[in-house]
Amino acid sequence: MSPPLLGVEGQSQCNVSLMASSASVDCVSQTGPGLKENNYLGLSDCSSVDSSTVSDVPEENKKNLNLKATELRLGLPGSQSPERDSTFALQCSGKIDEKQLFPLVPSKDGICSLSQKTVVSGNKRGFADTVEGFSESKSSIFSEGNWMFNAAASESGQPKLAGNAGINVMLANRSSGTQSSIKTEGPAKASQESNVKMNGSNTNSAPAAKAQVVGWPPIRSFRKNTLATTSKNNDEVDGKPGPGALFVKVSMDGAPYLRKVDLRTYSTYKELSSALEKMFSCFTIGQCGPQGAPSREMLSETKLRDLLHGSEYVLTYEDKDADWMLVGDVPWEMFIASCKRLKIMKGSDAIGLAPRAVEKNKNRI
Amino acid sequence: MCLFQCIMNYFPEEVLEHVFDFLTSHRDRNAVSLVCKSWYNVERCSRKKVFIGNCYAVNPELVIARFPRFQSLTLKGKPHFADFNLVPHDWGGYVQPWIEALAKNGISLEELRLKRMVVSDESLELLSKSFPNFKSLTLVSCEGFSTDGLAAIASNCRYLRELDLQENEVDDRKGHWLSCFPDSCTSLVSLNFACLKGEVNAAALERLIARCRNLKSLRLNHAVPLETLQKILVQAPQLNDLGTGSFVNDPYSESYFKLKAVLQKCTSVKSLSGFLDVNPRCLPSIYPICTNLTSLNLSYAPGIQSNDLIKLIVRCKKLERLWILDTIGDKGLEVVAATCKELQELRVFPSDLHGVGNAAVTEEGLVAISAGCPKLNSILYFCQQMTNAALITVAKNCPNFIRFRLCTLNPVIPDAVTNQPLDDGFGAIVQSCKGLKRLSVSGLLTDQVFLYIGMYAEQLEMLSIAFAGDSDKGMLYVLNGCKKLKKLEIRDSPFGNMALLSDVGKYETMRSLWMSSCEVTYGACKTLAEKMPRLNVEVINENEEMEGRPKDKHRVEKMYLYRTLVGARKDAPPFVWTL
Repeated sequence: MSPPLLGVEGQSQCNVSLMASSASVDCVSQTGPGLKENNYLGLSDCSSVDSSTVSDVPEENKKNLNLKATELRLGLPGSQSPERDSTFALQCSGKIDEKQLFPLVPSKDGICSLSQKTVVSGNKRGFADTVEGFSESKSSIFSEGNWMFNAAASESGQPKLAGNAGINVMLANRSSGTQSSIKTEGPAKASQESNVKMNGSNTNSAPAAKAQVVGWPPIRSFRKNTLATTSKNNDEVDGKPGPGALFVKVSMDGAPYLRKVDLRTYSTYKELSSALEKMFSCFTIGQCGPQGAPSREMLSETKLRDLLHGSEYVLTYEDKDADWMLVGDVPWEMFIASCKRLKIMKGSDAIGLAPRAVEKNKNRI
Repeated sequence: MCLFQCIMNYFPEEVLEHVFDFLTSHRDRNAVSLVCKSWYNVERCSRKKVFIGNCYAVNPELVIARFPRFQSLTLKGKPHFADFNLVPHDWGGYVQPWIEALAKNGISLEELRLKRMVVSDESLELLSKSFPNFKSLTLVSCEGFSTDGLAAIASNCRYLRELDLQENEVDDRKGHWLSCFPDSCTSLVSLNFACLKGEVNAAALERLIARCRNLKSLRLNHAVPLETLQKILVQAPQLNDLGTGSFVNDPYSESYFKLKAVLQKCTSVKSLSGFLDVNPRCLPSIYPICTNLTSLNLSYAPGIQSNDLIKLIVRCKKLERLWILDTIGDKGLEVVAATCKELQELRVFPSDLHGVGNAAVTEEGLVAISAGCPKLNSILYFCQQMTNAALITVAKNCPNFIRFRLCTLNPVIPDAVTNQPLDDGFGAIVQSCKGLKRLSVSGLLTDQVFLYIGMYAEQLEMLSIAFAGDSDKGMLYVLNGCKKLKKLEIRDSPFGNMALLSDVGKYETMRSLWMSSCEVTYGACKTLAEKMPRLNVEVINENEEMEGRPKDKHRVEKMYLYRTLVGARKDAPPFVWTL
């Protein structure tokens, strides 16, 4: 089972390639043996977090101390922030002004570095760990390959080091704790600003394949099962008729298994039929011999086209009313709106549907 | 004794009882019982409705001993995360012992409401035969029974008023359970079998509806064809609550015309649901109903696309409750915001659970809703992404939230614009919504969000945490800060022994705590169980190969603890260890 990884958007490392090719188990193996310890949440721009080893940790802490003064923290009584007592008193008095509704001031409202201590202990089990944990327990809910996440790169250097480091640590390897690196990918910083924008839009326009984690998203299994069955019954289509793929099953008489095509990748009937020819050529080759059609050596695309169009086979589709129709009668847009599945029928079965095709056949032979 | 007490004690008990009759909420009655012994006695003998939030916190005998005259029982069984497949099958939550005990002790049960419990056909049959006045059965998210059990209920409960099945896993035996309602049954007020998969006899259904003149609520399952719906509505135009069956027809057919005509007469329908199978071109037939609707549930209608949804919603100006799929999109939510000014509760469910769909809502939809619907107090929102700025705006617009549940489809996604954690956004919510009772957080979150929750969420009773926090501090903030916390459920977060054991007494003030895939060890669970004998600390072990018990230092994958008066439960399966 390939170890799951969090991909990082917008960074110019192999992580990007991971994101780009979603569900690519292959990419995972490219990263080398085992988990590569990366700064998945992209909090890598912090200048102090450049190299990989434990020895950096104390340096980070030093920098943390410097930045502490600029952090906005709301300490509970007795918590770590003595210098903030006056602020707390203010809050206690019940005045609530705009500021307290946490206006976003990126440089200040960073993650509270309460987790400094946990940098070392690596407590947090990140998402990668969770998923790994599932593999250990042999969960069958797992689906390989779809482990990518939109973990976006962060903004320019922040007092978020400790928090980041904590997250980084746990992402790598649960057991190794501090040994796990806080490697960053160098050039990230330069492209930070653009990354931020990209990330925002990336999340919208190019969602990575969602990871399959037990119980996430938290929806009652009854609801999940009901909606899954309905979508299978109503239309054999993945995703929505809208932007996105429109996959329909394609069956062929005599073929041992079916295929699926995305109707949206074609814009004319011609494209569709040539794609289907290519897809099912392996089956038609087998069919040729016994029926006295051209011998194997002479098979080529044109012959297949003859087979599909002229002689043996007719392309039909099942529409929303569950009727089997001949492909080609209605405009393409109307066709894809109503097509639920495709079937390549044998000429003999298709007599009722396409008399002309059968006659063509007779003429050719 | 103060003067007031003296005066109250001069009242005969009947008067006290009469006064207490006005108290319907079990919390009020619990409070009243604490005043003094005589009030305790009067109250307990007069309590009609008993609510038990965790069926293993007590046993039936104790309940019967304290409340000898109750008629209505509500029981909840499995932990909430069982809904999401985190609790193994056979964990527990059986209703059978309860029904047996009630029957044996002569309780004249009239109403039973169960949630997340295991209900067998045997239990249903025993229920139907033991309580001659039984009137109302509500099963939510239960399992373990088949339509045979329903047949028993239909056959034997002569005065049945309410049969309400919500999202249960029912083994449909293709029998004729509905036909088992005798001809003499005319008492039905509410019938909901939307969760069943199989067919019912259409003629029997029509006859049943025709003779139950008081029927107010009817929710059909998707196997009931449109023609049957039309005939039913002719017989029952007085319905308040309608769940359609299959809503598929040729919009040019005669039956569709008839349906349109009859729907125009259904002016009392205030609540609408169903549409599991739907031909969107038939939807205009329900436009006349839309103007009166206060509740609309289209969350099981994946066949209705965004533009058809909008055409419907734009007519629903009185809507107070809307459950919908995220196919509605941000644009659709803007229409909701512009139209549904009375909206109080919104739930947006994800439609695409398996692939890389583009149909989803974002923070924009949520902000639009918050701006347009000032009465909004309850939300469940599954979204593709979220931002702190949006949450802050929502908090400002809607300070009245009682329930706020946000679920990002990627559980650790940061702010979509700034890439920061979503701590500040949720912080704004808890700070602004002073009456917040239930909160679910998601997205990239650090300990900071829990600091805010502990500090501001004073009324919080239920908190759900997943993939959040950095250290024990997070959990500590919550345990120390939320004084009214009743249910805490945590998964996949780095909270460990220090947090678990810091304030063991807290757990007796709560109903339950669930922790899975956290950092808690077996040894800590044992320690907790030793210190707190009135808690059941259950460790769920799913490692089949393990022999004996884990070592103390081993992490525990799933732990569920709850306060109880009756010690370890005797029906725990072998993989559940009560420490």
